[in-house]
Amino acid sequence: MMLLISLMATALSACAGGKAGSADADSLITIGIPQDLDDSLDPHIAEGAGTREVLFNVFEGLVKPNSNGDLIPAVAESYSINEDGTVYTFTLRKNVKFHNGAKVTVQDVKASLDKCAGTGSDEPLVAAFSAVSAINTPDESTIEVVLKESDTDFLPNLTAAILPADHLDASVDPIGTGPYKYVSRSPQENIVLESFDDYWGEKAHIKNVVLKIVPDGDTIVMNLEGGSIDLMARLSTTQAAQLSDNFDIYEGTMNLVQAVYLNNAVEPFNNTKVRQALCYAVDIQEIMDFVSDGKGTETGSSMFPAFGKYYVKELNDTYNTDIEKAKQLLSEAGYPDGFEFSITVPSNYQQHVDTAQVVKEQLKKIGVTANINLVEWDTWLNDVYIGRNFEATVIGVDASTLTASAMLGRFVSDSGKNFINYNNAEYDKIYNEAFTSTDDAVRTEKYKECEKILSTDAANVYIQDLPNMVAVNKKFGGYEFYPLYVMDFSKLYVK
Amino acid sequence: MRYIVKKILSCIITLFIVSLLVFVAFALIPGDPALSRLGTNATESALISLRHQMGLDQPMAVRYFKWLVGALRGDFGMSYSYSMSVTSMIADKLPITLTLMLYSMVLMVIISVPLGVYASYKEGTVIDRIIQIINQIIMAIPPFFSGILITLLFGVTLKLFTPGGFVSINRDPVRFFGFMFFPALAIALPKSAMVLNLLYSSLNGEKKKDYVRTAYSRGNRSKQVFFSHMLKNASIPTITFLGMALADMIAGSIIIEQVFGIPGLGRILLTSIQNRDYPVVIAIIMLIACVVIISNLLVDIIYRLVDPRVE
Repeated sequence: MMLLISLMATALSACAGGKAGSADADSLITIGIPQDLDDSLDPHIAEGAGTREVLFNVFEGLVKPNSNGDLIPAVAESYSINEDGTVYTFTLRKNVKFHNGAKVTVQDVKASLDKCAGTGSDEPLVAAFSAVSAINTPDESTIEVVLKESDTDFLPNLTAAILPADHLDASVDPIGTGPYKYVSRSPQENIVLESFDDYWGEKAHIKNVVLKIVPDGDTIVMNLEGGSIDLMARLSTTQAAQLSDNFDIYEGTMNLVQAVYLNNAVEPFNNTKVRQALCYAVDIQEIMDFVSDGKGTETGSSMFPAFGKYYVKELNDTYNTDIEKAKQLLSEAGYPDGFEFSITVPSNYQQHVDTAQVVKEQLKKIGVTANINLVEWDTWLNDVYIGRNFEATVIGVDASTLTASAMLGRFVSDSGKNFINYNNAEYDKIYNEAFTSTDDAVRTEKYKECEKILSTDAANVYIQDLPNMVAVNKKFGGYEFYPLYVMDFSKLYVK
Repeated sequence: MRYIVKKILSCIITLFIVSLLVFVAFALIPGDPALSRLGTNATESALISLRHQMGLDQPMAVRYFKWLVGALRGDFGMSYSYSMSVTSMIADKLPITLTLMLYSMVLMVIISVPLGVYASYKEGTVIDRIIQIINQIIMAIPPFFSGILITLLFGVTLKLFTPGGFVSINRDPVRFFGFMFFPALAIALPKSAMVLNLLYSSLNGEKKKDYVRTAYSRGNRSKQVFFSHMLKNASIPTITFLGMALADMIAGSIIIEQVFGIPGLGRILLTSIQNRDYPVVIAIIMLIACVVIISNLLVDIIYRLVDPRVE
């Protein structure tokens, strides 16, 4: 029996403002972003969440998430998954065009997915595509993705961007199928996008989008009030409170797990008891009160609440603040007088800086001295995330797709994204069981078990999913939250 | 004329030595640009092919030679993190930093020369004393701090400009120059104080010279002596200093760009250092070296024009 799912593009509901038709030729919105997209403009390579949230508007996969987190067909018109979850069949949507005017063909899709799977080389470009055994194009409108093993949860990975077969390197002049096309960039200054007139779905309302890089958190409020930017997401509650009533403040969640991520490979964090001691020493409520007026959502492991069925609320109680217990664990670990370490924090994320400061104060109570080392984003990316040359860092880790593996896969000991060098054979085993399981219930249980291991083993000092305060100039409307770390510019409109 | 040709030749040799030193320094610094571009997911084969593509697998001498040949043709290679040519990146940013430099140069002259002349003309009066005291205070403030003070006063309190609200010249030239006034002022103020002081003391030094006394005894009016004789002679050390200040200002601009959030050369220099984007870093350092060397050359030439005694 074939399980046939056929969804229509009508899922893209009419705009909230009731505005329709093409964009006003002069309309312009300037959106502030905290860092330049200098990892890559290539959607298959870009690693930074801040880069992906922008590229979301330029590129689309066979399917794409909507604001509820459901996957809706995009470049594909419909799809079906065979019963044992090994063959995903897509029917190409007619009349989808690339930004260069060329029609999307099955060859483009195959070339793009082959690029992700690293066909012809020894390693996939996108890790999840290691599960793909073949990409077939039986006719001019059908694409089959064949998996090596059964995986009924593979669909979110097919949000991977579709690029023209003759322009697969998007790092210089990206061409996609999204509602906005790339126009130009000026390093460390801005990125300019323009709405795509031949977009297959509901077209964007605002013609020109300029993304202005605002690396200094202290100037965000002044930039907004001074009119240099019209919209900025992820403000702190303090920043939001400073804004005048020229701005609407939308409140959502950032969809990430903020934690003090510990380098499990260095002394003393290679000792479980030390990590647990830190977990007992921090007071999450106090951090949330200080950083965001208590608006955060506690997370006890590497999973945030938007995930619904995978989020385990009970893990928030694995460690409740207990200074005596923390001191005792430190003594057992051989550090009765505490120790000194440094927390490396990217200075363009005010919330992480604030959190690090509270943590520093809280750790004094157990005799541990934390030195805060503020670095610029690029240094953080190079030294901490890529170079893994750090002791501890406060950062938020998000999910590229709404799959449990997007959150949990990075803690497998040999994962390239395992920047904390977490190494636990039992975790690897259970994760692998979950990943290869075909039974959804079993899979969910196993993933939850993984989360539990991360929590009890104190892989990191888990803190919260931060509140996301978005300031939008009252001239504009239509901001929508996603359960992922993305911003959808196409829904914005001029009031 | 022969002197100028000789000077230009020595400048070219200096630039060549600078380029060699910079290139070798960055080749020896630990850190693999290929790894930092590909990230931790990089496979060994991908790394090897990227290193090959970037030419990193060749001996340093070959790489330097290739770079030099390219640089002479104005091609400084490709930026690792932006995948665009370094030349176009710099061409995009240079006008911003140059504007800032020239803007502050102009402000510096406008502020310091009239005030210095005026103070010396009024030597010993209350106005002179007041100018001297304020001047001493301003001289002691480094540019980054004057930048912070200016942001606080004109940006936050008086709201004359939006801190961090840089607007590119293509989008709105009026707002661009309006915004750039404040960072330019931050660079110009401490330097103006130095120029003022220099002009003031050399003017006062001239007053005691024999030719001034002779001019007075010949019956010339004091204004005439002051402006047509003394000022000309006193301007020689000032011009030297202006030339040095021009070279210093490019360094000042880099710091001030950070304070005011201006996406100029300084901003990309810093982010490129962090990204280990060496082609960009080397090109910008060479550019700064060029500015310093050329401004010194100009000082030399102007010096000879103003003072024929210099041979």
